[in-house]
Amino acid sequence: MSDVPGIVIIGAGQAGLQSAESLRAGGFQGSITLLGDEPYGPYHRPPLSKAWLSGEIEASQLVMRAPELLARKEIDLRIGVRVHSIDRAAQMLRLADGKALPYAGLVLATGATPRALRLPGADAPNVLALRTRDDGVRIAEALSVCKSRALPVVVIGGGFIGLEVAATARKLGLEVSVLEATPRLCARALVPMLSDWFAELHRSHGVGIELGAKVAAIEVSDGRAVAVRCADGAVFSCGLVVVGIGVVANDQLAFAAGLECEGGIVVDECARTADPMITAAGDCTARRLPDGGLLRLESVNNATEQAKSAAASLLGLERKFTGTPWFWSDQFGWKLQMAGLPVGADRVELRGDMQGDSFSLYHYRGDQLVSADSLNAPKDHLAARKELDKTATL
Amino acid sequence: MVNIVFIEPTGAKMPVNINEGWSLMQGATTGGVDGILGECGGSCACATCHCYVDESRLGELPEASESELEMLENVAAERRSNSRLACQIKAVNALDGLIVTLPDTQE
Repeated sequence: MSDVPGIVIIGAGQAGLQSAESLRAGGFQGSITLLGDEPYGPYHRPPLSKAWLSGEIEASQLVMRAPELLARKEIDLRIGVRVHSIDRAAQMLRLADGKALPYAGLVLATGATPRALRLPGADAPNVLALRTRDDGVRIAEALSVCKSRALPVVVIGGGFIGLEVAATARKLGLEVSVLEATPRLCARALVPMLSDWFAELHRSHGVGIELGAKVAAIEVSDGRAVAVRCADGAVFSCGLVVVGIGVVANDQLAFAAGLECEGGIVVDECARTADPMITAAGDCTARRLPDGGLLRLESVNNATEQAKSAAASLLGLERKFTGTPWFWSDQFGWKLQMAGLPVGADRVELRGDMQGDSFSLYHYRGDQLVSADSLNAPKDHLAARKELDKTATL
Repeated sequence: MVNIVFIEPTGAKMPVNINEGWSLMQGATTGGVDGILGECGGSCACATCHCYVDESRLGELPEASESELEMLENVAAERRSNSRLACQIKAVNALDGLIVTLPDTQE
């Protein structure tokens, strides 16, 4: 195997693992090195805010692939490895420990980092964001402290991660408030009527939903956050603050190496950067669309699809990511499944009953379906995906 | 521990001991079995843990939920009468020795 130049993948998350497996499945014979900066091999992130945080499953159930399977596929997983820089001219990585690692092809699957809350008190140890397994462990510990001392949980940010954590914390019997700065929940992804529906869902389960809540400061006592104060004077006491205000793409390595970055590593629909030896996939990317715009998606589906394209590109093939993007979220026994993007939608159609057990919202631009949101209606979701795949414009 | 015998797409037999209460998807992916992706982590959202359960023992499994049946419509390989999603089947002692065949493709 050593005769064939190798491919190095930076990042051992969903996109990194998928790239490695797709390269092997595509017949790549050279070495594949999968570098992860966390102390774990690839693991499932989605359950971190749900089944894992609620204690239904244990950490070992998050593991995506047994080490022996990776070994069998001759994927060389190296964990706890940080990359310091990329020397594109020499096709060489410099690692944080000073070692050099050559590459024939490179996949950047560096993921994203939770956006930091820049406020007084935000550095207290019980102000936490959820991204990694270690983050999850800290939040789980803090939740159990809150439980034993009957302290409330405050979630800053009414996006999907925040709402999922709120639902889980509520399920554990904790008092929970969600503070959202804009007038509605998940404003980037949901139409107003669905934002309202989620607010009502949470309120009906006893979660305090505070919209238009501008957080001014986190009050700290004895080194720990004890309350969140809003600009209007409202104060929410807390034993834990979970910050879910979005993520920032990890594009620093690419940027420093002179690759185009614009809120993410810019790639085409085949996950290629301007450097023919370098591809990028997953949360770290911003995809250039045929109309010149940039699309940033943070989802499992985006990670796996771009990873397949990245692997194909490095094998000299062209595999465009043109499939319909999809996403899901689980809260209070409801499964939201989204297909497509409601870009430019001018009309919404409801099928089912928003007060009932399941329903779907279909978003149209003129007569053309552009996206669909399904609640406990997987059949609708899949049918919408099929229809959207046929008319894909992305 | 519940012993489940997975047949990989190559035909290789992979017996795995799975903790009771774990899903067959978790048992397979952490047990070194090739042929299951489990992209969504077990949320019944992706249909990439499709498997064929030994026909003769199909009746011993709890029936598939409506959402599993609906997601099964989206599997990449042929859907058969014994198609299930491995993330929705919990390992219980009664299933010991079950033979689960994995399809040629999940994507």
